[in-house]
Amino acid sequence: MSALTVAGLSKNFGGLSAVSELSFTVEEGQIFSIIGPNGAGKTTVFNLITGVYRPDSGRVWLHGEEIGGKPPSALAGQGLTRTFQNLQIFFNMSALENVMVGADRTAETGFASALLRLPAVRRRDAGAGKQAVALMERVGLAAYLGADAASLPYGALKRLEIARALATRPKLLLLDEPAAGLNHAETREIDNLIRSIAEDGVTVILVEHDMRLVMGISDRILVLDRGVWLAEGSAEEVGRNPDVVRAYLGTEFAGSADAA
Amino acid sequence: MRALLAPRTGGLLALAIVIALLPAVLPNNFYFNVAILVGLNAIVCVGLNLLIGYAGQISLGHAGFFGLGAYASALLTGSYGWPSLAALVVGAAAVGALAFLLARPILKLKGHYLAMGTLGMGVIISIVLNQEAGLTGGPDGMPVPAFEVWGWTAYGERTWYWIVGGTLLVTTWLALNLIESPIGRALRAIHGSEIAAEVIGVKTERFKTLVFVISAVLASVGGSMFAHYSGFITPSEAEFFHSIAFVTMVVLGGMASIFGSILGAAILTVLPQFLAVLHDYETLVLGAVMMSVMIFLPKGLLPSLAELLRRRSL
Repeated sequence: MSALTVAGLSKNFGGLSAVSELSFTVEEGQIFSIIGPNGAGKTTVFNLITGVYRPDSGRVWLHGEEIGGKPPSALAGQGLTRTFQNLQIFFNMSALENVMVGADRTAETGFASALLRLPAVRRRDAGAGKQAVALMERVGLAAYLGADAASLPYGALKRLEIARALATRPKLLLLDEPAAGLNHAETREIDNLIRSIAEDGVTVILVEHDMRLVMGISDRILVLDRGVWLAEGSAEEVGRNPDVVRAYLGTEFAGSADAA
Repeated sequence: MRALLAPRTGGLLALAIVIALLPAVLPNNFYFNVAILVGLNAIVCVGLNLLIGYAGQISLGHAGFFGLGAYASALLTGSYGWPSLAALVVGAAAVGALAFLLARPILKLKGHYLAMGTLGMGVIISIVLNQEAGLTGGPDGMPVPAFEVWGWTAYGERTWYWIVGGTLLVTTWLALNLIESPIGRALRAIHGSEIAAEVIGVKTERFKTLVFVISAVLASVGGSMFAHYSGFITPSEAEFFHSIAFVTMVVLGGMASIFGSILGAAILTVLPQFLAVLHDYETLVLGAVMMSVMIFLPKGLLPSLAELLRRRSL
């Protein structure tokens, strides 16, 4: 079964068409990238899939179940979560607490037992804390276990968002420019992290401008141009497509996916 | 030993000790009265800080809930002869229900718009209490019978001191428990980034409603106790300036600091009593104190002091 199916998705902002009649399918376990020039509508697609925006038309299925109109929190419960292009960190909390919120099943915590701090709540807290520590270690943030989120450097915050998203135990993870603003070494670490996430069976949809990263990591690539489907295929196919080269890639990647 | 230094155990213990020992140094009923007012304001401010400091949702109308609690107790005990405790609980439940109904539409607003929305809410409550003269006595106010439980009557400053002190201690304990739980983390996450909280599964609307209701209920309980203690209330309890006073206590003491709220309530309740000797300059000095704190300690008193101590000890 496909992890995500999008059919005829459209969204206008005051007469400006951000996404138009977009359809695509992401298979389970894939790393699926969406690329395109600035303003191509990549982040809008993310916002439509995750319920942040309501589509004007079109339908979305998550693992065969239609999810149109559901709020993001409900979709998180169904295994769909994301990170943000512009960091959305809880800067008023510690780094570890940021991840714990992802691990918390807040909806299942009783109000009275939280008020009285009953043993069930303590156990839950300890469990979430342990999960959060493990995830921070996994994304390479072991050095920041006791730190306030506000004290972390930019590259670490990018990974903190990924750890927080993983804490919700997603089946489908949307990463919005995880490598933006990172240096070479940091990008390579993100590359490895995304691969290991996919190896764990999580389907990944990636929006990214770093073409080396995208071309090397993606099972399939969707190219958008001004909100419209331009091309779709493997890195090699997309790199050879003259429309894509003209609209976005330039000649560097033309015909050679192994440039990555 | 380490547990004693944690805010929940250590801070709570310190608060209990202060409440227990304070009567030994309070020379007369004037000071007991001030201490009781501190406690009542602190109860309201702990709730308000959950809303403003932790969840990041401003309210400029909480005196409205305080006033409604006060009038619910006054009316139910005075005009209808209800037992005091039942009036307090029913009043708090009714205020909680009202807050629940208002929460959805009002908390959809953000920032300045939320401030305006809650301000309007408080003003409307205050107008209703003023206008419904047949019920509330209008601007002249109304008397409130003494607090009575099973034939025992709470009378006098010393008795009320223990009632208010005990209530504050329990309120503080519950609030500290709440913010350390998953619910508390969800509230703080909403403050940090509502959209990020949503996409990792926090039902933000539900938690905003919850914390709005909690803060309204605590304001109502504070209002009910104030009504019985003072024996006479007027609609001014619900008015805009009273709401501002609560918010100022929370901000001065420190956002997202439970003990900061108690400190803020203490300073802004005690200071005016002693600045009264300055007559016309009282408000001026009070304003200057608040401006200085906001300029030099923008996080509020307690968080700034804690940070200072931490840096010293490094």
